[in-house]
Amino acid sequence: MQNNMAIERKTGFRNWLDKEGRAYAFLSMYALMFIIFIVVPVLVAFLLSFTTFDTIQLPKFNGLRNYIVLITQDDIFMKYVLPNTIKFAVIVGPGGYILSFLLAWTLTQLPKLPRTLFALILYSPSMTSGVAMTVVWKTLFSGDQTGYLNSLLLGMNIIAEPIQWLQSPQYLMSIMIIVTLWSSMGVGFLAMLAGILEINPEMYEAGSLDGISNRFQEIIYITIPSMKPQMLFGAVMAIVSTFQAGAIGVTLSGGNPTPQYAGQLIVNHVEDYGFLRYEMGYAAAASVVLLLMVLLFTRVSNRLFSSDY
Amino acid sequence: MRSKLISRFSGAHNRGINPKGFHVSQMKFYIFLLPLAVFMLLPMVFIFSNAFKPADELFAYPPRFFVISPTFDNFTELFSKMSNSGIPVSRYLFNSILITFVTIAASIIVSSTAAYALSKKRFKLKKVLFAINTVALMFVPIAVTIPRFLIIEKIGLMDTFLVHILPGLAMPVGLFLIKQFIDGIPDEVVEAAQVDGATDLWIYWRIILPMIVPAIATIAILTFQATWNNADISALYINSESLKTFAFYLSTLTSTTSTVAGQGIAAAASLIMFLPNLIIFIFLQSQVMSTMSHSGLKG
Repeated sequence: MQNNMAIERKTGFRNWLDKEGRAYAFLSMYALMFIIFIVVPVLVAFLLSFTTFDTIQLPKFNGLRNYIVLITQDDIFMKYVLPNTIKFAVIVGPGGYILSFLLAWTLTQLPKLPRTLFALILYSPSMTSGVAMTVVWKTLFSGDQTGYLNSLLLGMNIIAEPIQWLQSPQYLMSIMIIVTLWSSMGVGFLAMLAGILEINPEMYEAGSLDGISNRFQEIIYITIPSMKPQMLFGAVMAIVSTFQAGAIGVTLSGGNPTPQYAGQLIVNHVEDYGFLRYEMGYAAAASVVLLLMVLLFTRVSNRLFSSDY
Repeated sequence: MRSKLISRFSGAHNRGINPKGFHVSQMKFYIFLLPLAVFMLLPMVFIFSNAFKPADELFAYPPRFFVISPTFDNFTELFSKMSNSGIPVSRYLFNSILITFVTIAASIIVSSTAAYALSKKRFKLKKVLFAINTVALMFVPIAVTIPRFLIIEKIGLMDTFLVHILPGLAMPVGLFLIKQFIDGIPDEVVEAAQVDGATDLWIYWRIILPMIVPAIATIAILTFQATWNNADISALYINSESLKTFAFYLSTLTSTTSTVAGQGIAAAASLIMFLPNLIIFIFLQSQVMSTMSHSGLKG
């Protein structure tokens, strides 16, 4: 009898190993990378944000001080960094997202060949993000008269003297927004394009019987509700790439801080304090604020495109 | 039958979503898209044009957009050049190619094994783990640059070949897309193989992998873009010049391009950075599109 129990228990464990254990084995490599490079960094950022840490001495707990300083005493943060980040995120995030959707929808109104061609053209800027493009933007917006934009405007007599586009606080933010929007037709755009194509054509026929008379109504009442999951995926991708693009101001202007903090975003503020001043605790507090902003944006889009109701 | 006939004559099957052919009503979309497409293409045409410009055209005033007498001078100069620290440019390029290939292969294996478990295996934490990964879709790596730096320093990855590869393997979007794609394979296929006594590894290798080629192609592209274009890892975690990447080399060129020769080299290097992105996407775009139709995210 006891023997039987032992065998049963053994087979019970075997069973577990068979079913669950192997599943975890398949997951293990990803889980390890996920923990080391995503979970732990987020936790460390969170913990460090409550400390003073200069990378030489051990972190010292100081409660909410970093956050209090960030909000009440850091003039640069409140005057430039936060407004800049919000402005940039609101225009590039929802702006790029709506643009992606409209372009995706327009493309679905065309036959396959031209659609694929246009999709390739619109998508290609997003795959070149980063270093390869810096050369281009720096030449196009070059500050002397040999810069393309300057030369064009001078030639048309719109301006009298060349403008230092990338060094002037007046224009830097607008150029950052244009450059980022230009490259914002990424994975989310492709997902929405695929989503619109997947919608059953009978939905539209049914809709026209129900009195839907124009394309705009069709988009609002049929297209978007039928592809909420893709809309949400696209929204999350738009939010992430917007905040991930934060270094663009420094790349374009060539230095951190950007001229008169005109293009300074939270990401640059974090880098400024972390790698230039070695105030890691303070920098961590700023990155936690950034992560919370991403969370907030995602919450809003979750509300908009939840498929629960 | 009659309505079909009418629709044929009115061209109704060429209107609306996914039309089969051209119809006058599509003109307005072309009129909207064409100027936009030209605008989107300009910087890329510029990369091509600039890379082949001889020095006098690069600095001509007024500047000309298109190249007049194209040469390969910029490329020959690029590859005959040593960086300031005596490393030939081809070394950076070799590093980039090797790192990109290894990362893509590793990423495919790591993401697809995990996706197989999350989609087809039964275990307690399945739902929770997938939910965690879904939350991580909104993870912004740039926000945790500093803790990442501290961790990489602590576990001794500084200045190693591995630091180019490992961080890129934690890719929530990759796992998400492959998992959704595997969900499209009926459970019966896997169960039938299990009844026949197939092991998990066999099922993963012989049944699942061949059926998810489009998803794998998509992950390959995403990993390629993230790795090939990455200059940050070399800048932050690598000290020895011989371990740095081509993207990093290009980024050093763009910060010091006052000389005439520098501009030409930078233009040639930009083209070398950009071209593989384009070629790979053209070849794999239909696979990517079929993966994207599984990309829905339930809120």
